[in-house]
Amino acid sequence: MASEGPRDSSKHPNYSNPAVEETDPEGEPGAAAEAGPADGARSRREKAAALRHLMATEGETVGKNTRGFNESTEEAISHISNYEDLRDRTRAIKKEAIAELPDLIDRVTEAVEANGGSVYVAEDAVDANSHIASLMNEHSAEKMVKSKSMTTEELELNAALEKEDFDVVETDLGEWVIQIAEEAPSHLIGPAIHKSPEEIATLFNEHFEPAEPFTGDPNELTRFARDKVGEHIQDADIGLTGANFVMAESGSIALVTNEGNARKTAITPPTHVAVTGVEKLLPSVRELAPFVELIGRTGTGQDITSYVSLLTPPTDSPVLDFEAPDEPMAEGDRDFHLVLVDNGRLAMREDDQLRETLYCIRCGACNNSCANFQSVGGHGFGGETYTGGIGTGWEAGIEGLDSAGEFNDLCTGCSRCVNKCPVKIDIPWINTVVRDRVNRGGEESDYSFLVEGLTPDSEPRGIDVQKRLFGNIESLAKLGSVTAPLSNWLTGTRPARALLDRALGVDARRELPQWRRETFRDWASGRESISEAEREVVLYPDLYTNYVLPERGKAAVRVLEALGVGVTVPEVGESGRAPLSQGMIATADRKASAVYANLAEHVDAGRDVVVIEPSDLAMFRNDYEKLLPEKSFERLRDSSYEVMEYVYGLLENGADREALPKANGTGKLAYHSHCQQRTLGLEPYTTTILSDLGYDVTTSDVECCGMAGSFGYKSEYYEVSMDVGRQLKDQFEAERADGRTLVASGTSCGDQLEALFGDAPPHPIELLDPR
Amino acid sequence: MSLEVSPDTEAIAAFESTLEKRDLAASVTITSAAEFSDALSDLLDPPVVAAALPFEGISYEDVDNEITLSPDPADLDAARTGITAAGLGVADYGTVTIRSTPGGEEFVSLYPERHVVVVAASDIVPDMPTAFDRLAEEFEAGHTSQILATGPSATGDMGGIVKGVHGPQEVHIIVLEDC
Repeated sequence: MASEGPRDSSKHPNYSNPAVEETDPEGEPGAAAEAGPADGARSRREKAAALRHLMATEGETVGKNTRGFNESTEEAISHISNYEDLRDRTRAIKKEAIAELPDLIDRVTEAVEANGGSVYVAEDAVDANSHIASLMNEHSAEKMVKSKSMTTEELELNAALEKEDFDVVETDLGEWVIQIAEEAPSHLIGPAIHKSPEEIATLFNEHFEPAEPFTGDPNELTRFARDKVGEHIQDADIGLTGANFVMAESGSIALVTNEGNARKTAITPPTHVAVTGVEKLLPSVRELAPFVELIGRTGTGQDITSYVSLLTPPTDSPVLDFEAPDEPMAEGDRDFHLVLVDNGRLAMREDDQLRETLYCIRCGACNNSCANFQSVGGHGFGGETYTGGIGTGWEAGIEGLDSAGEFNDLCTGCSRCVNKCPVKIDIPWINTVVRDRVNRGGEESDYSFLVEGLTPDSEPRGIDVQKRLFGNIESLAKLGSVTAPLSNWLTGTRPARALLDRALGVDARRELPQWRRETFRDWASGRESISEAEREVVLYPDLYTNYVLPERGKAAVRVLEALGVGVTVPEVGESGRAPLSQGMIATADRKASAVYANLAEHVDAGRDVVVIEPSDLAMFRNDYEKLLPEKSFERLRDSSYEVMEYVYGLLENGADREALPKANGTGKLAYHSHCQQRTLGLEPYTTTILSDLGYDVTTSDVECCGMAGSFGYKSEYYEVSMDVGRQLKDQFEAERADGRTLVASGTSCGDQLEALFGDAPPHPIELLDPR
Repeated sequence: MSLEVSPDTEAIAAFESTLEKRDLAASVTITSAAEFSDALSDLLDPPVVAAALPFEGISYEDVDNEITLSPDPADLDAARTGITAAGLGVADYGTVTIRSTPGGEEFVSLYPERHVVVVAASDIVPDMPTAFDRLAEEFEAGHTSQILATGPSATGDMGGIVKGVHGPQEVHIIVLEDC
C-alpha cells in the first residue's frame, strides 16, 4: 500500500529497524508466561526463524533449480499450439475417472489378475506397508530397489521395511542422495533440488570415503551414483516402482522418467511391485495421449521425458539372473503385484472442495512457478510429504489439517501456478478452503452459502487475529480515512508499530498505508462526468484507489472521459479479495453479494465495469465463480475490464489517440505487471498501449513481487516477501540505472517497489492522464 | 512394420528435423533395405548385442561385426552397443517405441551406452494422437508393453544435465525408407 504525500525516507525499508530486534528467534525471557497475543507473536517469530534458516541454507539452490525448471516449462509449452485444448481434455478425463473410480478399481483388478498379477487396495499406510512386507516374504526377498515414488514417501515405506530388516535402496539419483543424507524430498519431482553439486560431493565424500574426493562435477557424481545404484539393481530380489498412470482396461501402468532407473527397476529383478494412489486410474491407454503431451512440458520443461514406459506386467521380457551372468535369457516367470493406496483419497473424492486435488498428476509445475516456493523450497513450503501449492490439498486429505496448516499461508493466491497446471486445478482456491478450515479449527463449514446465497453472520471466534485484521481491512480503511491524518501519525510511531507487530503480527519493518481524508469517491461524487456520452462505464472504486491512491482513480476518470466515455463512480464496497485471501470465505461471499447487488443494475443499464486494481478484477473475472450464482458471475465477468484493457479496446474501436499525451523524450519505462493480471492474460494491453504512445517498455519476468496483498506485512513472512522482492530488485536495478521509470499496476506491487527502491511507481493509467 | 508400404514423407522429414532440432539423436541415417548393413556397420561400437529385426528382407547377416542375439547378463554388461527395432516413430516428438518382447528388446535398448534404433519409414506417424491410435490398436493385438523413448537417458539430479544414466548415453536412428 504505497503512501502518498510527504515521505520520510528514514522510514523506508531499512533492515535494522529497532523493532526488528524484538523478532529475535531466540525469544524473550518470560514470553511464554504471557497470555494471548504473545503466543501468536512467539509462534510467528519461530516461523520466521525457520524460514530464514531455510532461505539461508537451501534458498539459493532451490531458487536456481526451480527458476530453471520454470523457464523451461514456458519454453516447452510454447512449442505447442493446443496447450489449452490438451488441458481441457486432461481435466475432463480426470474428472470422469475420479467419478468412476470404484468401477475403475474393479476393472483394473480383473485385468491385472487375468494377466497373472495381483492387486491389493490398501486402506492406509500401515495396511500398505504390511502388505508390501508380506510380498517380500512371499518371494523370499531380502533386498528391494525402488524407483521414485512420492506415494511410498507418504507411506514411509522405507522405514517400515527397514524395521523388518529388509534392504531398501532408492534408484532415482535424487532420491538416492536424499536416502543417504537421511532427509525428506523438497520437491514433487526433484527430491534433492535443494542440494548443490558441491553439497552432494561433500555428502558422498563423507559417506563413501573415496580415494579421490569428489569436487562437485555433475558428470563425475552421476557416473559414480549410476554405477553404485546399478549394482544394487542387479543384486535386488524385488523392484518397486510407482505409477504415474494406471490403465484399467489392460491392467497397465505408465511410468514417466528420464534416468532409466525405473525401467531397470521394473525389469531387472523378476518380481515387480507397483505402488500408487487409487487416483492414478484411467480407463485405458486411449486416454493417455494428452497427459503424455503435457506432463513433461509442465514438469521438467521437456516436450516429453526420455521414457514413458507403458508396462502391462508381468511383461514378455525374459528373466535374467545377474548373479549367474552366463545363464542365457529364460522365458517368463515374472511376477507382478499392484498396490493401490487409498489412505484418505476415497474420502477426498467425497469432499466437494478437495476433490480436484485428485486430478493432480504430480508434475511439480505449481512448485516451480511459485515465487515463495522459489525462495523457501519444499522443506518450508511443504507438509509431511507433499510440497508447494497443491501440497496443501494432498496434506489436508491425507495427513490432516495440521500438516496442511503448517505451510498453507505461504500460498498468497498470486495464481501464477494456475495456468501451469496441466489439469487446470484451481490451486489457490484449494489453499483458500484449507485456510478457511484452519480458521474454523478444523470444523468444516458446509459451504452451503456458496451455492445457496446464505450468509453466515461472521467468521469463527477462534480465527487468528492477524487474519481477522487483514480480512477486515475495509473497516480499518474507513476508520483510518475519517480520522486521517491523525490515524496515520498514530500508527507511524515506533511504540505503535512495536505493538502492532507484537499483538497483530504486522511487521514493523513495513511502511503502513497512509489513509486519505478525501477519498476517491468523495472526489468523484461532487463532479459531473461528460454529458451525452455514447458509452458509459462504472469505475469500480477499489479499496486502495479509494482510501490510499485516489490519484490513479482520478487519472482513470480523466483518461476515460478524454476518450469520450461517461464515468460513474458508484458507492460500492470492497470486493471480498481481502477476506478471501485470509481464508474468510463466508465474509468474502457476503461482500461479493453486496458488490454484485450494487453493480448489477449498472450492467443491466449497459455500463461496463472498469477496474483499476488487478486483484479485484480477478475477483470479478475468476473468484466470483465460487461466490455468486453462475448467471450472476457470468454477467459481471463478461462486463468487467481492467482499465488499460478497456482503454486499449476504446483505441482499437476508433477513440481519439491524440487525446492522450504522448511519451516525451525520456519515455523509457520498466513495467511490472500484477501476478493475477498476468494470469488473466492482461499484461499485453498495458505494454501495447504504452509502446504505441511512444514509450520504450521493458517488463519484469518474476512471478510475483513478493508483497502479494497482506503477505509482506505479516511478521512471520516479511523476510520471505523481501527475498522474493530481491528477484524483482535485481532485474529492475539495471533498468533504473538505464534511466527507466518504474511503473506497476497493482497496489501491493507498488508498495513492494517503493520498499525496494524508495519511490512509489505510478500506475500506467497515470501516464495517460491528459491533465 | 506395416505390410503395406506407404511412407508419409512429410512425417519422415519432420521426424528427422525434430531429432536434430531437439538434439535427441547422435545421428539419423535414412537408408534403404539394400544399404542397411553398411549403414548399420558404421554405427557399431563393439561388443554389440541385439534383438532380431522384424522387417522383411532385413537381417544382421551381412553386418561385419559380431552381434550377439539373446544376450546373457554378462553380454549385456559388456556390450557397448544395443540394436533394436522401433514399433513407431513419432515425428513431432522424435520418439520411438520399444516393445517388451521375449527377445529382450527392453534389456538390449537399455543396458548398453549406445542404442541403435531401426525404424521403418512406414511406421513413422506425424504426432502423438496418431501414435496413440496405433498404440491402442497394438494393445488390442496383445502388444501391451511398450516404451516411448525420446533421446538418451538423462538426469538433472546432480546439479547439471548429464546424459547417460541408467539408459543409453547415445541414440542413433536408422530409418528404412523402403520398409
